[in-house]
This record gives sequence, C-alpha cells and structure tokens, in this order.
Amino acid sequence: MKREVPIIITFLTGFLCVIAFFIPHPPLGDLQQRFLVWYAIVYGFTMVLGLDSLLKYNVKKITQRKEGWQYSYVLLFGLALVLVTGFQSWLKYGTPFELRSSFMYCYIHIIVPLQATMFALLAFFISSAAYRAFRARTFEATLLLVAAAIVMLGRVPIGKMIWSEIPVVSDWLLNIPQLAAKRGIQIGVYLGGVVMSLRIILGIERTYLT
Amino acid sequence: MLQSIVILGLLAQPPANVIAYDTPNDEGSSITLMWERSPADSGDAILFRGYEIYRSESATGEFKSVGFVPAGATRFDDGNSEIQDGKEYYYIVRSVTDSGFEDSAVVGPVASGAQWFNSQRVNVLAIALLVSLLVIYYIRRAHAGGRLFVRKIAGLDAIEDAVGRSTEMGRPILYSFGLSYLNEVWTLASLSILYRVAQKCGEYSTRLLVPHYDPLVMSAAQETVKQAYTETGRPDLYDERDNPFLTADQFGYAAGVDGMMMREKPGAVFWQGYFYAESLILAETGHSVGAIQIAGTTSVEQIPFFVAACDYTLIGEEMYAASCYLRPEPQMLGSLKGEDLTKAMIIVFLLCGAVLGTLGILSEHFFDYRGLSVLFERIVQWFNTF
Repeated sequence: MKREVPIIITFLTGFLCVIAFFIPHPPLGDLQQRFLVWYAIVYGFTMVLGLDSLLKYNVKKITQRKEGWQYSYVLLFGLALVLVTGFQSWLKYGTPFELRSSFMYCYIHIIVPLQATMFALLAFFISSAAYRAFRARTFEATLLLVAAAIVMLGRVPIGKMIWSEIPVVSDWLLNIPQLAAKRGIQIGVYLGGVVMSLRIILGIERTYLT
Repeated sequence: MLQSIVILGLLAQPPANVIAYDTPNDEGSSITLMWERSPADSGDAILFRGYEIYRSESATGEFKSVGFVPAGATRFDDGNSEIQDGKEYYYIVRSVTDSGFEDSAVVGPVASGAQWFNSQRVNVLAIALLVSLLVIYYIRRAHAGGRLFVRKIAGLDAIEDAVGRSTEMGRPILYSFGLSYLNEVWTLASLSILYRVAQKCGEYSTRLLVPHYDPLVMSAAQETVKQAYTETGRPDLYDERDNPFLTADQFGYAAGVDGMMMREKPGAVFWQGYFYAESLILAETGHSVGAIQIAGTTSVEQIPFFVAACDYTLIGEEMYAASCYLRPEPQMLGSLKGEDLTKAMIIVFLLCGAVLGTLGILSEHFFDYRGLSVLFERIVQWFNTF
C-alpha cells in the first residue's frame, strides 16, 4: 500500500490535469490553477524545512571548525539581520517592501550588489570557457571557432568595416543552422517531457517514490 | 438611454456592425464584443480616444460602463465575475473623442455559458493521442518480449567512472539540481540519476554532497539518497547535513555551491537539472578544482555552456531517457521506442511540409496555381491554433 497509494494519487492528479486542459467547464477549468495554489501552500511550509537544514549545516561547520567556518557566522548574522529588519519594517510600515524600510535598505544596498557581483563574474568565466572550447584541435572545434568569430564580428561595427557581408553571414548562421539545431533539440525535449509524463501518470516511472 | 453629445472638434461617429456573443472555449462568465472601427477612428489616440463599453440587463435599462479600449481596437472581452451564465445582457459600444461621443445601437440579448470542450485544442488532443497510442503500443510490445535497442549514452556510462575516480582521490561527489522545482518533469528525471549516483557512492563509501535551491526538492533528494544508501547496505553513510538547503536566490545559490566546491574539492560534479545564467559560473568553478563534470539539462540556452565546460553533457531529451537507460526494463524501453517513432514521424512531416511549401510557391509563381499554397497555409494554421 505504501507504493500503491502515491501511484493512484499521481495517476488521478495527472489524468485530471490532462482532462482539464481540454475541458474549460467548471469545476475542471481552473483545476490546474487550484493545484498550483496547493503547491504554493506546501512550498511555503517547506521553507521552514529549508531554514532548519541551513541552520544545521552551518552550526555543524562552526562546531567542527571546518574550513571556512567563519563564513557561517556571516551567514547566520545575515539571516538574523534579514529576519529582524523584515519584522521591524513590517511593524513600522505595514509591509517589509516599503522603500524607506530597513529591510529594503538591506536588499538594495547589500543583496542587489552581491547578486550583481556574482553575475559580473560570468564575463571572466565565459572567456576561460571560450578559450578551451575554441582551441582549434579538431575539425569540429575549428568550425566552432570560425562560426563564433563571424557571429561576434557580425555583432560589432568593425565587422562591417572589414567586410560588408559579415553581418549578413552572421545573421544567416544564427537564423539557419543555429536555430535549426536549437529547434531540433527543443522538439526532442518536449517529446521527452510528454513521454516521461506519460510514464509517471501510468505508474511506469517510479523513481520519485523512493 | 444614453445620449450623444457633440461639441467641437472631431465628430464622434459610432462603430458599425457591433456583435456580441458568448466567448467560445472558456469556463463561462465572459461575453465577447466585436465591431468595425468608427469612420472617425484612424488609430490615432490623440484625435480619437477609443471605445467605452456599456452593459445592461435590459435593452431600455440603465447601462453601466464595464471597460474601455483605445483607438484602433475592434474587440472587447467582458470577462467579469458579475456576469452570470445563462442570464441575458445588452451592450452599447460608445465612440469617444475629445469633443464628444456617439453610441452604437443596442446589441443583445446575449448570454454567457461554459463549454465542455475547447475546440481550439483539437490539434493538441490529436497529437497527444497519437503519441500516447504509439508509446503504449511499444510498451505492450516490449512487455510481450520484443527486443529493443538503446544507443549508448556516454554521460550515463561515465557515472561509475566518475564516482570511482573520486573515491580513489579521496574526494567527495557533488550533485546539483540547479534551479529546479519539484513540479517540473526534469527534476523527476534528475532524481533517477541522483539515485544511481547515490547507489554508486554507497557501494564505494564515498561522500555525496547535494546543495539545494528548493526545499521541496531537498526533501525528495534526501529521501532518494537515504533509500539508495539503505539498498546498498550502507545506511550509516547518510548524513542529512550533506543535503543542505542553501538559498532560493539564483546567484546566492551559485555563490554557495562555488564556495562548497572550493572548500570540499569534489572529484566529480553532476549538474543535472534546470540552469540559467549561473550554469557557466558553476561549471567553470568545477573545472578549476579539477573535477570530472557530467552535466544534463533541458535548457537549450545553457547546453552550449555545459558542452564547453564539462566532460560529458546529456543533451535535452537524453536526461529524460536516463531513467530508462539506468533501469532498462521492457516497459521503460518501450516508451523510449514510442518516443523515437514519434520523432521520426515529426521529421517526415517537417520534410513533407517543406516540400509542400516550396512546391506551393513554385506553382503559384510559374503556373499561377494557388491550390498547394492554400493547402500549406491551412496546415500551418491548424497547427498554430491554440
């Protein structure tokens, strides 16, 4: 019964969602939205589990003096700071999202710059990955290098100055071979998703039940 | 009745041929109005403001404004919780200019209702039925003992090597779902890969780290790892704190996983799930610590980054095929076969479409015959209706 009940629930839920996609009449019409609301409620409760996990992980690091344990103090301090400023702003303004609030001050002046810093690192990582990918060691890598060079030159004014047709070739590369490959992969992804869903609904795929 | 007022400036003329009908293929409580633009409406919102829609429960009763659409519009959906299915309503569409307004004739009565079938989705139903029947047919065939072949997937074959290499180096394994949520199909596909990785880790007594972005995925992954360890006879290896939740912030998660990699120096890293801009930040850090990396994602935009930075990449649908590949039972393989046949049919259909479209243009150009073009357009239209 431990395995049968979840399989029956999955089958009924999946089947109802499929049916509801084709039948707009109530009560089926908004069934998917209703399930998503349930999901959001469950998700809200699991954030408590997440918080518990985060605390356990960092407390363990501190108590066992694992490498970088000092940063766990920074994390715990940040967690407490966001919670305290959130509640304080809520009490003072009725919402923590008031722009003058201490919570939003932390968000705008600490979290946003930190996110931007991480995102900016991407530029360096692209360079190092491109260096490895574009080394012309094989025919395919050489082809990739030539295509990438044309596409990059086609995006900047100097490309047109070198040869007026470079932007045209660049657009052709992007719109024909690149798009064809992308759509080919996408068709496979969508079909794979449909078949995987079918396996789950029919109870053939049961890995999620472990 | 409403009155018309004309002051100075552009003369407000009413819209013509106003029709009101029950909005098709919906769950009720919605009436659609369509009209031809007023002669004064040139689409310029400065000269002609737009159309105000009025509704009443009787042709001679009081009309109440229910919406406004700008100049150029010829349609309004009165989807409102006030509308009761089966009850009759009357409408007026008013042209509004700076200098005045002019009302259309009263239209109605019209009543809304819910439909039992969305006729615009017939195409989806037909394709879904075809795919389902093919898959079910091959599942039954495989179950009856038919022999099915599955090609090698290098990324999945490399799992054992990657775990073995980590074990020899005395380093842990890191597994990430990326920014996946539990209600997404690729997360379930990733769980089956995690199960195999955890089994191997259990066999080799290697530590497995799984940092999380979503607490629901964390709960499912914890259970999966625990079960895999138990099945390999090593339940003692399981530590909940090796499956921590980090944050639900994209770059915060990337920073957390990067930090974990720099400190723990994993010997093998698995990126299996859905990734966005953080994919390369993660994969390049993995490369910098010397880990063997096996990626898998259905995010078409991130596949090139993983191909550039990782040793193996499961491209798109290969990720969905992973559970069949790792657990090659007849029913699982049968579903793969059905999927492949559907794909072959799509390819044939695309080729036929390309030939038909080309012939249509050629016949129109050289023989002035539009039959093939019209047929091609109808097929495209059928697929585009949704």
